[in-house]
Amino acid sequence: MEPHATIHELTAAFAKGTASPVAVTEGYLARIGALDDKVGAYLTVTRDQALATARASEARYRAGAPLSPLDGAPLAIKDVFCTAGVRTTCGSKILETFVPPYDATIVARLRKAGAVLLGKTNMDEFAMGSSTEHSAFKLTRNPWDLARVPGGSSGGSAAAVAGGLAAGGFGTDTGGSVRQPAAFCGVIGFKPTYGRVSRYGLIAFASSLDHVAPFALDILDTALLLGAVAGHDPLDATSVDATVPDYAAALGAGVKGLRVGVPDEYFGAGLDPEIDRAVRAAVDVLRDLGAKVEPVSLPTTSYGVATYYVVAPAEASSNLARYDGVKYGLRVAGKDLIDMVSRTRAAGFGPEVKRRIMLGTYALSAGYHDAYYGQAQKVRTLVRQDFEKAFARVDVLAAPTTPGVAFRHGEKADPLAMYMNDVYTIPASMTGLPAVSVPCGFSATGLPIGLQLIGRTLDESTLLRAAHAYEQATPWRERHPSLA
Amino acid sequence: MISDADVAHVARLARLALTDAECQRMREQLDGILAYIDTLRALDTSATEPTSHAVPLVNVMRDDEGRPCLAQDVALANAPERSGEFFRVPRIIEEGPGEPS
Repeated sequence: MEPHATIHELTAAFAKGTASPVAVTEGYLARIGALDDKVGAYLTVTRDQALATARASEARYRAGAPLSPLDGAPLAIKDVFCTAGVRTTCGSKILETFVPPYDATIVARLRKAGAVLLGKTNMDEFAMGSSTEHSAFKLTRNPWDLARVPGGSSGGSAAAVAGGLAAGGFGTDTGGSVRQPAAFCGVIGFKPTYGRVSRYGLIAFASSLDHVAPFALDILDTALLLGAVAGHDPLDATSVDATVPDYAAALGAGVKGLRVGVPDEYFGAGLDPEIDRAVRAAVDVLRDLGAKVEPVSLPTTSYGVATYYVVAPAEASSNLARYDGVKYGLRVAGKDLIDMVSRTRAAGFGPEVKRRIMLGTYALSAGYHDAYYGQAQKVRTLVRQDFEKAFARVDVLAAPTTPGVAFRHGEKADPLAMYMNDVYTIPASMTGLPAVSVPCGFSATGLPIGLQLIGRTLDESTLLRAAHAYEQATPWRERHPSLA
Repeated sequence: MISDADVAHVARLARLALTDAECQRMREQLDGILAYIDTLRALDTSATEPTSHAVPLVNVMRDDEGRPCLAQDVALANAPERSGEFFRVPRIIEEGPGEPS
């Protein structure tokens, strides 16, 4: 099979007997061996496990009894998900040697579906970043231009899927960490509704904002990946107890009569004109397919980044208190307990993680709590109300995923400049609304551009249907980067 | 404006042993970020309730029944230092004068 075959193409070939899960897995492992020195997508390649799973998958296809539409699908998993017996670093020195005793729920569900896990992918440390440059271990490069970042924080999984080093993958999206790298790498990134997919076994960054999200080469694959992991999990108290529809079955119904809102505030100053043009052209495609397009307003959009950079660091400062050199991970000796903990954390965390812990601790500290954290939580309500008003009139919102295309390594050294990357992805994170980035063209320099569609709570099906209609009407998914 | 003393105080609360150079850099960067965050004050939220979670779920409970958990050896396997069945940590309580060592 060609390196950019979709999961549904692969599994159809497995079922027909024209391709073999073992041969396909060997092909991906060989490609990783030959090309990942260039891309840097993987932190750990689980070669033996992958081959053993592929052999079991092959036996099931021979018996005519695959476990699911993902049986034998070779996937890349962000190193934020716990994998039993396989080192899980979260991109941090403080967890460099951590070997989880259990699988994250999504990992367990993917194994049960027969998926082949190729390895664990690079990420910004503790998922804090938009370029994967904050990994403690290595740089990941954008397969479309190796001098540029793949986006982040789930940059490794995005680069793996774009580069043909996995057929699909998973990341986490807290402020845009799947949609933004998907846009930068020219693949699909789908953030479902908050609580739709269990967070159990996902190393926590900001618990009220962390979402598990798949990367894929097309929307049918996205529907299959999401369907395999979605659904209530008693191990996650914030998991939503709602029926999971057959996402793949919802595709193909088109967008005739669908009301698409275009939020004015997502097309203002700071948006790259090439992206502006590409996204407006994508909206025209939806209109030509029968959607009713109308302008909407989300007035609090410009406050999203500031709100997020209070809420997320506040939650992170609390979540990351567990790294104390006692139960797991790094320990640096000190003269007493507090000294040991403080030295361990100083040595184990990188600059961005320290910055966010400091920011969050400050925002929660006595005398500042109401002014920062309290106010941010109230603005979060205003952002939600904006969306409620918009969704009273429209079914789906269409906007850019990012204000710019993939930037060069080192280009955004100023923390605030890096944070501004998330301006269009943060609002759907704070409101828990499902949102997807779909490739919608290329810049003159050949870099991918992402169209973001945002939907109603738990209405992933409508979002997938709209994204599928757009994808099928456009040629973008046929282009892939060459790494040779 | 955040002061050097604020940075030192917050670093203590956060249990981060920062170097002087790190404190200095942190003060400058936090100043910039906090100035940006201060734009939130322009919004009138006097009649707005806070949102702590995207999905309104409260008090999710499970049945109060015992169930298997990680075996002790498994739970201790990643410990940087252990002593028998326990995590080992440096001394927590100072020895006072005259107390037996």
